[in-house]
Amino acid sequence: MISARAYGDNGKMKEYHYTGPVEHKFSPYAFNGGTVLAVAGEDFALVASDTRLSEGYSIHSRDSPKCYKLTDTTVIGCSGFHGDCLTLTKIIEARLKMYKHSNNKSMTSGAIAAMLSTILYGKRFFPYYVYNIIGGLDEEGRGAVYSFDPVGSYQRDTYKAGGSASAMLQPLLDNQIGFKNMENVEQLPLTLEKAVQLVKDVFISAAERDVYTGDALKICIITKEGIREEIVPLRKD
Amino acid sequence: MALQDVCGFLETLDDISPCTYLPNEMGYMWRTPFEFDRDSAFHFLFPPQQCSRKNRAPTLFSSTFSSLSPHQQPFQLSHGTTTLGFIFQDGVIAAADTRASCKGLICCPISQKIMPIHSHLVVNTSGSGADCMLWERILTREMRLYQLRHRKRLSINGAAKLLSTMLHPFKGTNVCVAATLCGWDGEETQDTLQSCMEIADVKEAVEQDSNVSAISDVSAQGGVKMASINEQDEISKDTQALNPTVSNQNTKNVLSTFGGRSGPRVCYVCSDGLQLKGEIISVGSGSPYAYAVLDDGWRWGMTVDEAVALAREAVFRATHWDAYSGNNVDLFHITAHGWRRRDREDLKEEYYREREREKKKIKEREKERQKREGDELVEGEGDIYSVHCG
Repeated sequence: MISARAYGDNGKMKEYHYTGPVEHKFSPYAFNGGTVLAVAGEDFALVASDTRLSEGYSIHSRDSPKCYKLTDTTVIGCSGFHGDCLTLTKIIEARLKMYKHSNNKSMTSGAIAAMLSTILYGKRFFPYYVYNIIGGLDEEGRGAVYSFDPVGSYQRDTYKAGGSASAMLQPLLDNQIGFKNMENVEQLPLTLEKAVQLVKDVFISAAERDVYTGDALKICIITKEGIREEIVPLRKD
Repeated sequence: MALQDVCGFLETLDDISPCTYLPNEMGYMWRTPFEFDRDSAFHFLFPPQQCSRKNRAPTLFSSTFSSLSPHQQPFQLSHGTTTLGFIFQDGVIAAADTRASCKGLICCPISQKIMPIHSHLVVNTSGSGADCMLWERILTREMRLYQLRHRKRLSINGAAKLLSTMLHPFKGTNVCVAATLCGWDGEETQDTLQSCMEIADVKEAVEQDSNVSAISDVSAQGGVKMASINEQDEISKDTQALNPTVSNQNTKNVLSTFGGRSGPRVCYVCSDGLQLKGEIISVGSGSPYAYAVLDDGWRWGMTVDEAVALAREAVFRATHWDAYSGNNVDLFHITAHGWRRRDREDLKEEYYREREREKKKIKEREKERQKREGDELVEGEGDIYSVHCG
């Protein structure tokens, strides 16, 4: 860490010397990297994530996917601090079971999104350090994507990227799926094959430029037939 | 509370906690799935115990706690916006941009900052996105409960007071909510509509008076009297015994207190506890620019189209100068009949239209100049002593 004291008054760097013991405050958070992406189509939804788990300069695991299946029509992608991701998914699964037992039906995607918002805001003053994206089918069978911030603000989107490479991927999705800032372009609806190909291309690009993204890509494809998974290898360096 | 501190009275089991940091947090965390079912309605109305611990007498262990909470968050919450609301003779206009930014990155270019609470009230939110979303839901719930319990809608000022009271326990924490409540007070009866038009006439007359805000404060006090008369009016309507004298009294009282109980209102509530009432309120990082445009163009007697154009222009100028505002403009117009939403307009179009207008103006100016030069040339030829300045 470069501190202000490393530079002397004339602008030249001071000679390095031991400044004394430095207190490092314990931080309850860690950043484990990873990127999550979700796209909603007419009658399908895709949730994709890479499978690398890193911390600082090390890689803890190359096979730690960040998509978790919640119901037959909903998948959640969580990236950020892995400890909070695990606990949050356990809490969501417990609440889903409670709902199923009390109401005798599974929760819909919209209901899960609203519930997650209140769970996250419940820890407003010691938040879960997780960037969530829920992808699934709504009651009418159309694709739905809900994106969250760490304290529970959410909204329904058509596509969203979250995690370490989100700032790189989101503009690309804006252009390719949202047709933003393109003049005189024919806006065709997104087909499943094109969406899957786009997601693969986009993650390959992310792995090129983001150190926390790579190893493998797991895509969960949600249609009315169920949830199908595809695994694609990515750069391992 | 003070007595409690002096006696060292421990309120809940939470206080007899072990001194180490982690197990306590775990205890709090694992309770969450079940906490919701027991007291879900009140779960958000108080901050968690660790915040109140700061007020207790410092002990060996509590000093460790105070240094660890609030925790250093490794992420930023969304901030930065331009929202505005103003009243005029034909209702209230609420406008906002749609950009949600997060420390340099635009989290969402199409967020919705104006949310309707009920048919006659919308709230412009700015501040932290999650806080605004949740507090707006809590306010909607409380207002609906009030309406069911008391059989009449809560007024805008009452809603502002309610929200301010609910936010008070969180003063000092980093909850950041700055909400502008824009709406139309009063019941949707023929009497109130007529009285509103009369108010409008009176307001027109005192438009030049700089003490207009002072008068509306007086009207707020007079409003209590109005409330009882309006209730009587409602009850008499219910029992199908329309008393013409009551309604006459209604309008007479309204004339004597400008604004009375019904009419357009804007109220600002902040999580610091600040509450403001006025005619023009703008909030956010782009508000200085919006205020400049609004102050210039606002008149009580504006038409709906003028008001809409003014609001849109104000947000457009603010988005032009402020980096944290942009993308689109959302506009809501609230009248005695309820709110109506205008189409969301992309400011990119506005920007191009502005460029076209500028180009046209430059061309016209150029033509004028050439014409003027041509005329001077013709005049100058006849007089040898004139100085030709081109």
